[in-house]
Amino acid sequence: MVRFSRVHLTYANGTKAIKGIDLQINDGEFVFLIGPSGSGKSTIVKMITGELRPTQGRVIVNGFNVGTIRQSGIPKLRRTLGVIFQDFRLIEKKTVYENVAFAMRVIGAGRKNIQERVPVILDLVGLAHKANRYPHELSGGEQQRVAIARALINNPKTIIADEPTGNLDPVRSREIIYLLEKINSLGTTVITVTHERDLVNSLSKRVVAIDGGRIISDQTGGYYAI
Amino acid sequence: MKGYDFLYFLREGVKSIFLHGFMSFAAVSVILACLIIIGSFMLLTMNVSMVISEAETSTEMVAFVDETLSLSEAKSIGSKINRIENVSKSEFVSSEQAFKEYARELGEDSYLLEGLEGELILRHRYRVYIEDVSLTSETAEKIRKIPGIAKVNASLEISQGIMNMKKVVSAVTYILAAILAGVSVFIISNTVKLTTFDRREEIAIMKMVGATNAFIRWPFVFEGFILGTLGGALAFAGQWAIYDYAVRKISETLSVIHLINFQSIALPVFILFVIAGFLVGIGGSVLTIRKFMRV
Repeated sequence: MVRFSRVHLTYANGTKAIKGIDLQINDGEFVFLIGPSGSGKSTIVKMITGELRPTQGRVIVNGFNVGTIRQSGIPKLRRTLGVIFQDFRLIEKKTVYENVAFAMRVIGAGRKNIQERVPVILDLVGLAHKANRYPHELSGGEQQRVAIARALINNPKTIIADEPTGNLDPVRSREIIYLLEKINSLGTTVITVTHERDLVNSLSKRVVAIDGGRIISDQTGGYYAI
Repeated sequence: MKGYDFLYFLREGVKSIFLHGFMSFAAVSVILACLIIIGSFMLLTMNVSMVISEAETSTEMVAFVDETLSLSEAKSIGSKINRIENVSKSEFVSSEQAFKEYARELGEDSYLLEGLEGELILRHRYRVYIEDVSLTSETAEKIRKIPGIAKVNASLEISQGIMNMKKVVSAVTYILAAILAGVSVFIISNTVKLTTFDRREEIAIMKMVGATNAFIRWPFVFEGFILGTLGGALAFAGQWAIYDYAVRKISETLSVIHLINFQSIALPVFILFVIAGFLVGIGGSVLTIRKFMRV
């Protein structure tokens, strides 16, 4: 569960990025976070991942209080999350398999466990046959699916997708969103940040609209107010 | 989380050396170059100091024995001279020996001494060698006070010259060593920065999937250890080859100068180089990735 209570965030340079946000995302939900550039969407994502701390208010993510968590607790918080980025962020010198296995290795999983689980997840995202390819040998959509596999591999409670379709054409974008929906149907909370109107409208999901550091609308359906 | 799998870290470190082949090569080369430059300079200094201290031990003073003393009395003074602090050894030169030496020195002009053989025109004397040239005048004074010594000739100019040279050499050594060390640290830290720069992304990804700082650090530590130690070991081999070559060349032209044999100092040089490489390798990688950890 992700809960923001009266959260404010002011950057060191004085910019007020978040001006009083209350938001609760329950386990198992699928939520779109929408809004124009500079509205504060990315700041919200960074607070969820523990990269930023609120200057006021409380941010609770899967039981961790982001405002008071110690530096050494941040890895534990992040293990409950799977993060997907617009630019995929794969390690170019590792194969598809290694990129996914690596995320398991990082949290101390054993070799046998890794050998069993990675193929299952690669199959889920439809890339089992490309396990030994390198990222540069894949299309954008395929690279993003590797990133999704990596986000999923440790069985996180919450998937955060920050503009996951920003670099993809409409067909690939839809594929990625369907994949996220499939993951959500298996029980994982999915928070997707986007500003693609058509994509949001094609699904009937909860949509939280942010502008100027505030929530301006929070409804279910293909609503896109901005 | 399970205990750390050091074998995994080691494997990752080794893999990374080959994955980032050029950067590894650059790191090893820089460590190698810096160590050889500093090492060559140190060896040069060591040789210069040795040549100077040889000059030091070969400086002598001459103590003349009062001509009223008999030969056996004159010889007995030797032990008193040797007992004086700072005297490394003394040689007795009898009047006759001194005469012969003088004649030899005169060479073609030795006819001037003809007819004087057998006459005690020269005093018995001691050739005195000292340890510390800076104490030349004090030592000369002490010898002069020994009963039966008539006069002491000590060349204060030469001992002063050696003293000055020693001071200049040690000052230059310290200054240059400090500059070289500073430059090396700068070059090495820049190289390490370069080699880790393209891994910022990799570290950021590791952090994002929940890696602890220790987990991220260990492979870098092993990598730095391997590269640094390799650089140190290669520098040792290079240093040996360069030094031997230089010694051979110098000995061909200036055979009078006696130089340090590399074999006699090989072990300390090896230990120093490997430790320096080891510290630079590990220190460099740990310090540099620390910056990238704050994600």
